[in-house]
Amino acid sequence: MQNSEKRSTQESGNLREVAIIGIGETRIGELWDQSLRELGINAGLSAIKDAGVKGEEIEKIYIGNMSAGRLINQEHIAPMIADYAGLDDIPAVRIESGGASGGMALTEGYLSVASGLHDVVVVGGAEKMTDVGDEEAKKILSSTADWEWESVFGATFDSLYAMMARYHMFTHGTTKEQLAAVSVKNHAHGALNPNAQFQREVPLKIVMGSPIVSDPLTMFDCAPLSDGAAAVVLCPVDMADSFNKDPVAILGTGMGADHMAVHDRRELDAMKATRSAGDKALSMAGLKPEDMDFAEVHDNYTISEIMAIEDLGFFPKGDGGPATERGDTSLHNKIPINTSGGLKAKGQPVGAVGINQAVEAVLQLRGEAGDRQVEDAEYGLIHNIGGTGASAVVHVLGRWR
Amino acid sequence: MMTIPRFWREIRQRYKGVGVECGNCERVYFPPREVCPHCRRESIGKMKERELSGKGRLVTFTEIHEPMPDFKMMVPYIMAIVEMDEDVRMTGQLVDIDYDEVEQGMEVDVTIRRLGEESPSGIIYYGYKFVPVR
Repeated sequence: MQNSEKRSTQESGNLREVAIIGIGETRIGELWDQSLRELGINAGLSAIKDAGVKGEEIEKIYIGNMSAGRLINQEHIAPMIADYAGLDDIPAVRIESGGASGGMALTEGYLSVASGLHDVVVVGGAEKMTDVGDEEAKKILSSTADWEWESVFGATFDSLYAMMARYHMFTHGTTKEQLAAVSVKNHAHGALNPNAQFQREVPLKIVMGSPIVSDPLTMFDCAPLSDGAAAVVLCPVDMADSFNKDPVAILGTGMGADHMAVHDRRELDAMKATRSAGDKALSMAGLKPEDMDFAEVHDNYTISEIMAIEDLGFFPKGDGGPATERGDTSLHNKIPINTSGGLKAKGQPVGAVGINQAVEAVLQLRGEAGDRQVEDAEYGLIHNIGGTGASAVVHVLGRWR
Repeated sequence: MMTIPRFWREIRQRYKGVGVECGNCERVYFPPREVCPHCRRESIGKMKERELSGKGRLVTFTEIHEPMPDFKMMVPYIMAIVEMDEDVRMTGQLVDIDYDEVEQGMEVDVTIRRLGEESPSGIIYYGYKFVPVR
């Protein structure tokens, strides 16, 4: 059955079907020679070129970004990036939701097209993490947790995820080897992605033996903090034929929420925000977890991927670790997770992550993912977390025809 | 770490563990909230101050080896989430114990310790940490 026949939710809500018709992204890494504005422009221009859209057709720009104000001393970055892209008369706005800024920007872009307000919209994500030192960057990232009641007492961002990992280990018997298996798998995938920050395989014993960051998480359990940008172009599906590429439809979108501080949540082995966002997005698409051919999930830490694949319904609670160890989440297996390499290997330009995930999903659904192509991929899910899980956003994407 | 006024206005919470109790459902919250997430509008004007007993149990914990800049001198140190007797949870450091002796569920007390300082010659911040019940 074609997606165009299957959809009823959107029609009943009088929303238009929305397609991604162009994608672009920069290399991800420590890009000392490029500024935030250059990264944003490069990603945006390549997405516009990919779609074959003219500048004057673009009606609005949304840019996901976590903390340019503290990372590069520049607020109000959306008009700046638009200006330097030669699009100074196009309204541009920044969307912030911690690590989920990119995914939330995608939702805003989706809504502006689905509602009928705009036809052609560009959604970008950009972050420049390496203009400050590594310790300062981590401190800024920690401010997406509850600064006054977690960080001030010495809790790093890493430590909050480490405490969730330890709780998951207590409750479900998840092992350090299973956490490490996530990192090994994502590095193996990243080795197949020419845009990834780390393009080499890393064996289990290196992951297990790497320095402890916050027990039980080692250096290889933690995603890097990276520079990078990504962009997509959206339009209504019924206009998509006039542009270059086969459209990929946004079939479902959902946001979830939870308490700001980890200690205020009763479940520490799950993310309620992920579960709620995933349920909403899948239900809107009229699809089930088992219909997905692949997923990009927010693996800022290895434990995050294990919780995400459980909370999104790919595996029962507690089976995320064993499933990863069995290879179920590797390319060509049951449900390939993070074919791009994920945040761990592709890199973590924080506010851009959600758009990087969309770019990977579109490549897979177009059949343009090269060596890491999931065979005959028809549906994919992307999942983006803000902070330690106080916000999350999920999109379900699919081939339109 | 924090500006002086920002720290000063929370001194009663940080030094004495003063939370609130909802006058509608009797649930206790720490730090204080203006609105009870359970009762919402029913709780408005009914949130009363409530000092915590300072006793609780470890829910989960970690040992930090890579700290934020302000905590460099303490590395490695233990962070924990503690469930207090009043059924509220708090995040704080666990001190006066070796990491390999820490166990989930162990009983702890709240104590006041130095958290950090503004600059080498500046204001010293104090706040709660947890110690094992011996």
